[in-house]
Amino acid sequence: MKLSDFIIKEAIISELQASDRNGAIRELIESLARAGAVDPGDADALARAVIQRENQGSTGFGKGVAVPHVKQDRVKTMVGTIGRSSRGVDFAALDRAPVYTVVLLLSPSEDPDRHLEAMENVFRHLQRDNFRRFLRQSETVEQIVDLIEEADEMPAA
Amino acid sequence: MIKNRQGLHARPVMQFVDIANEYEAAISVRKGDQTVDGKSPMEMMLLEATQGTSLRLEAEGLDATEAVEALTGLIERGFDED
Repeated sequence: MKLSDFIIKEAIISELQASDRNGAIRELIESLARAGAVDPGDADALARAVIQRENQGSTGFGKGVAVPHVKQDRVKTMVGTIGRSSRGVDFAALDRAPVYTVVLLLSPSEDPDRHLEAMENVFRHLQRDNFRRFLRQSETVEQIVDLIEEADEMPAA
Repeated sequence: MIKNRQGLHARPVMQFVDIANEYEAAISVRKGDQTVDGKSPMEMMLLEATQGTSLRLEAEGLDATEAVEALTGLIERGFDED
C-alpha cells in the first residue's frame, strides 16, 4: 500500500487556519468533502466521531505529528489527507509538544486490517526524521505532494 | 496472539505502551524478524499486528517477569475490546 492510495492530494492543506485540535480536524474533513472524497452531508458527523475518538486518547504520538482517525460505517473507502501548521496545534500529545503535521485517516469499519496497514504506512514514513522535517517545512501543497510521491517510491522496509 | 478483531490499532498500542512504561525493564516486541521497542507508540504501530498475529515479548531488567506477565495478560484479554 502507498500513501497515494488513500491520501487525497486535492484535500491537502499547507497552512491550517485552525490553531486548535477540533478546528484542525474539522478543517481537514471539510477539505476532504470539498475534494469529493467525503459526502458533505457526513462531514459534521465524521468530525464529531474523530474528535470523540481523540478525546478517548490522543493520537499525538510525539515528535510534532498527530494521526487523528476513525473507523465508521458511513465511510465507504478509506481516505485521508494531511494538514500542516507552522504555528503548531495543541493535540494534547504524549510529549506535550505542539503538532505541526496532522495526518487524518477515515476508514470503513468493516476492514480493520486495511486500516492497520494504512496506519503502518503512515508511521513508517513519520518515523523518519527527514520526512517529518520536510513536511513541517513544506509551504505549498505541491511540496507536500512531492514528498508523498518520493516516500511512495522508497522500498518498504 | 492478537485476539481482538480490530488488531493492534492505536488505542491498544497506547494501552500497551502505558503499561510497558510502568516497568524499568527494556521491552521488545517481535513479529517474525521485525523487532520494535515496546515503549514506543510509533514503533509499535509499525508491527501492523492484525487479529491472529503472533507476537513475541522480550523483557530485560529487574522487573522483566512482571512486565511480560502484565503485557501478555493485556493481549490475551484482547485489550478489553470486542
